[in-house]
Amino acid sequence: MTIDSVKVAAQLAGLSRQQLLSMYEQMRTIRTFEDKLHELFAAGDIPGFVHLSAGQEAVPVGVMAALAADDFITSTHRGHGHCIAKGVDLNSMLAEIYGRTTGICKGKGGSMHIADIDKGMLGANGIVGAGLPLGVGAALSAKVRSSGQVCVCFFSDGASNQGTFHEAINMASIWDLPCLFICENNKYAESTSTDYSMRVENIADRAAAYNIPGIVVDGQSMIDVYRVATEAVERARSGAGPSLIEAKTYRYYGHFEGDAMTYRTEEEVNHFHERDPLTVFAEQFAPQAEISPQDLLDIDQQIERRIQEAVEFAHSSPLPQSEECLTDVYVNYKSE
Amino acid sequence: MTLRELSYREAINEALVEEMERDEHVILIGEDVAGAPQSDDPDMLDAWGGVLGVTKGLVGRFGKSRVLDTPITESAIIGAATGAAATGLRPVAELMFSSFVGVCLDQVANQAAKMRYMFGGKARIPLTIRTTIGAGIGAAAQHSDSNYSLFTHYPGLKCVVPSNPADAKGLLKSAIRDDDPIIFFENKVLYDTKGPVPDGEHLVPLGQGRIALEGSDVTIVALSRMVLVALEAAEQLAHEGIRAEVIDPRTISPLDETLILESVKKTERIVVVDEDNPRCSMATDIIALVATKAFDHLDAPPAMVTAPHSPVPFSPPLEKFYVPSADQIVSAVRAML
Repeated sequence: MTIDSVKVAAQLAGLSRQQLLSMYEQMRTIRTFEDKLHELFAAGDIPGFVHLSAGQEAVPVGVMAALAADDFITSTHRGHGHCIAKGVDLNSMLAEIYGRTTGICKGKGGSMHIADIDKGMLGANGIVGAGLPLGVGAALSAKVRSSGQVCVCFFSDGASNQGTFHEAINMASIWDLPCLFICENNKYAESTSTDYSMRVENIADRAAAYNIPGIVVDGQSMIDVYRVATEAVERARSGAGPSLIEAKTYRYYGHFEGDAMTYRTEEEVNHFHERDPLTVFAEQFAPQAEISPQDLLDIDQQIERRIQEAVEFAHSSPLPQSEECLTDVYVNYKSE
Repeated sequence: MTLRELSYREAINEALVEEMERDEHVILIGEDVAGAPQSDDPDMLDAWGGVLGVTKGLVGRFGKSRVLDTPITESAIIGAATGAAATGLRPVAELMFSSFVGVCLDQVANQAAKMRYMFGGKARIPLTIRTTIGAGIGAAAQHSDSNYSLFTHYPGLKCVVPSNPADAKGLLKSAIRDDDPIIFFENKVLYDTKGPVPDGEHLVPLGQGRIALEGSDVTIVALSRMVLVALEAAEQLAHEGIRAEVIDPRTISPLDETLILESVKKTERIVVVDEDNPRCSMATDIIALVATKAFDHLDAPPAMVTAPHSPVPFSPPLEKFYVPSADQIVSAVRAML
């Protein structure tokens, strides 16, 4: 290896060209998925409401690249990106958002409750901060079973002000559980800015209260996210305990679709668009890995078609029959 | 079948030991379930075995990795137990007093209870939450509720209210083996009560009530400790020539509706005895069941004997007034005959 190639490898965190292409593809999938939902929601095509994560793609993709397939994650109400990066099937996700029987949860959960336990995806969650204790439980389970698995709890700046944040991290730290707490700080809890809702500069600073590593990372760079997540995963697997990682990021759309977004300045929005995670990758990292603009464009077009297929699948899937309301409440209804 | 006299406390402890022996995926998690987790001295480690001594000896037998003393952190206890249940363990979590549910209701009602349904039937949450209910030991308003109706309200949860040592053991074993989240309500006033418990493997199925006393004149449905009070009332009534049938549903979700309805069809009268507050309670629920499904069989308006619509008071005479008594049951029965 030449000195230059060593330097490039370090900048790319040791990821191969193939891995980088695959990670870019995941980011593009999330972006296209969310943009499409934005469009479909505005057209009145989707029941209920959705919370989109466009702008935050580098975090789930960077973190998931550091995980093994059987590791666990817990997610949030803004969970589509986590699901996609964890490998949940796109058709089943979209069908779920459309409330169809072919949905991953048979249409019973919707956008806020997408889960795929077989893939280690333990559920999006409609309650802010509720996923953290559940994730600690998955990490406890891994430890008791000596399975070597880790669990990542994704949460937001908003959740960091909930009591469950404290309870979960404290429990994980005293028991050295194989757990990562990944805060996607997108600056806003609904309409309320972190400038208002906390007195510390970084949520990662709160790690000091649990004597665990607290790391701030550029959430717009999937490679930087991957790098810090990899270290935290190694630490967790080795039995050294949890880490708190704060990825500074931004959501392009509102808290929910239909939110008029009157609480942010145009200047701020523009600033983050200039740091778009897909552009950051394309401009800063792709050339070093000998990935050309055409390579990326090919992926973009392929993903566009893939999402269109998923929309058609969801659209053509049947709606559930009323009787389905009563199934899946219990495993056993009758006494044994 | 050989029977042994065990206390309610001993019966529960025995059920835990047997299920932990049987299945290594069963773990215990809660506050003070051992009693001194900071210690490595085996005697000190097992200092308490739970504040009421129910889990005594378990940490010595199964070790700290399966008997997990937690900080005071109810959301994390119930949440972690739920997450562990979804990922391969069969946890028994302890919520020291059911009144504490206020600080972890989200994890009980929004997470554990709903996960299977929200995820389209793909999750299994084999979680047992042991908790205590009951007034009568001067524990006052925030440690004495009998708030099981709150949990019964939530689809996805099963609720168990054993009234005696044999049922406590057999139902707890069934609860631990069940794949749904279960709240197991132990009445703290019953811990020292004794009763016969069958030797060997003893399982009581969930959803099957029992006739605690056969009778033909009136049906008295009673829950948890109130079964004992109802039996006392039935004895008084027997002296007057009134033969009361006492029904112990044992589980309230699912509820053995058939047993209650069949008894009412026979006796044509019903009194429900419930230590919970009266509004939106199991008493109103059971009376609604009878009114809607056996109205034509009733010879008298249904009656309920419950705690008043007040928090549980501290002072002994007030607490005594709060808890339903045998005399109140006797009066209610006399009034309908």
